[in-house]
Amino acid sequence: MLDIAAIRRDFPILDQQVNGRPLVYLDSAATTQKPRQVIDALVRYYETSNANIHRGIHTLANRATDQYEGVRAKVADFIGAPNANDIVFTRNATESINLVARAWGDSNISEGDEIVLTLMEHHSNIVPWQLLARRKGAVLRYVTVREDGHLDLNQLRELVTDRTKVVSLVHMSNVLGTINPVADVAEIAHRHGALVLLDAAQSVPHLPVDVPSLGADFVAFSSHKMLGPTGVGVLWARDGLLAEMEPFLGGGDMIALVRPEESTWADVPHKFEAGTPNIADVIAFGAAVDYLAALGMDAVRQHEVQITAYALDALRKVPGLTVFGPEDAEERGGVVSFAMDAAHPHDIATIADGHGVAIRAGHHCAQLLIRHLGVPATSRASFAIYNTMDEVDVLVEALEHVNRIFGGGDARAAV
Amino acid sequence: MQEPQFDDFYREIILDHYKKPRNRGELDAPTQRVEGVNPVCGDEIHLDLVVHGQTIDDLTFWGQGCSISQSSASMLTERLKGRTVEEAGRVLGKVRAMLIDGALPDDELGDLQALEGVAKLPVRVKCALLSWNVLQEGLKQATTAA
Repeated sequence: MLDIAAIRRDFPILDQQVNGRPLVYLDSAATTQKPRQVIDALVRYYETSNANIHRGIHTLANRATDQYEGVRAKVADFIGAPNANDIVFTRNATESINLVARAWGDSNISEGDEIVLTLMEHHSNIVPWQLLARRKGAVLRYVTVREDGHLDLNQLRELVTDRTKVVSLVHMSNVLGTINPVADVAEIAHRHGALVLLDAAQSVPHLPVDVPSLGADFVAFSSHKMLGPTGVGVLWARDGLLAEMEPFLGGGDMIALVRPEESTWADVPHKFEAGTPNIADVIAFGAAVDYLAALGMDAVRQHEVQITAYALDALRKVPGLTVFGPEDAEERGGVVSFAMDAAHPHDIATIADGHGVAIRAGHHCAQLLIRHLGVPATSRASFAIYNTMDEVDVLVEALEHVNRIFGGGDARAAV
Repeated sequence: MQEPQFDDFYREIILDHYKKPRNRGELDAPTQRVEGVNPVCGDEIHLDLVVHGQTIDDLTFWGQGCSISQSSASMLTERLKGRTVEEAGRVLGKVRAMLIDGALPDDELGDLQALEGVAKLPVRVKCALLSWNVLQEGLKQATTAA
């Protein structure tokens, strides 16, 4: 069992009042808060080690390089990747996916090829493929989402054919919380010679993830959703894939030899890290990985399942409230989207904010899914290791207040 | 702890227009049909206008979104249906002044004065303004056509 009170003391931001009430932060799927350890690592780097990496002879340059490369090894270890050089640091998960769509997609996708996505994708895992499809004349196919919040695997089996070159899907939905059966999807895709990209932005921060056993060829995630700073994303690729790919961005640090007409590339992963990277935030991200690893991802998951089960139960008792996504907390992550008959999500979020509760309202960068659910928008509460059952109770009080202001669960939101 | 108060924001009149929207629906033969969306939040407002000469003979709205965007549109139609284009432009200016510059509500605004509290929540101002931006486009089209 995690000591949540002790964990909360590590997060300075949580100790504050919002609108005269204790802050209840339930928007960790958007970005998590940062523990003191991460903030300190960032400051410590600038105070003791700041230098540019991979090019200096002097002591600070070596120190900074060692710390930066040390995080690559740490991240590899955290996700069970056998080789740290299969990890590329990007700006965010979005850039990781764009990197693949460009550097792999442009050389491997031709006219008439098919790209299979799902209706529960974040825009970050739709738009890069749309751009690629437009460049190459490729075709996009979407796997639908069943009533119970799970992917329709039968349909996926039909959609994936020998024309399919890549299947790109989310590991854990940022709207429904659904955890997708990646190994099954990978098995189907690989049978047809297609690669699998996994958007793990919501899963790596909250579940034990072991990339070799998932079977995906590419895995993308982001530091800022897992207690680390903004501005750092990760792309992991199966052994050998990165070496075959063309560069994404050109510039310093990604070259071996530069001649007037053409250049040769540095070895992976540096071939994909053009220019001075986000050294300080990568190093602070290392502290976030250490923090989660010390807690243990099994314990993190266990806490979040517990709080999600409690929230699902409490929210379903609020009159006029509909919860989206899988029934059982074991089948989903700590993300609970809901709609209320009486009020629109923005009104719900405004009233919740008055109670000090931060929740998200809108389409959650997943317009295809929101349209599929048949609602204009949803409200979303999402949890992390620092959240408590008491905080869920405060959310429920706020939602009951919504019903009082808007005339109860019996009145239908007019429009 | 005492419950937070929203009386100033969700005024009775706003909730009334939200639950019982006035002039909601499409017109058979509008002279102008204009729409606006707020891509960030998905709020959506359509206005149908019948403008002849200097008068807005008929005016309806439809769409979807939060209580502020929908009640603002409902109050807009109620306030401006049957009024002149010139008056509509003046009211639009006063709504903007109240919401954006925090100007005191003007008597000429009628029910729309209830939106005053929205000015204090900057993230929601765009909800209240959506239908007015759509109206501006409609009036522009009507004047250009005339």
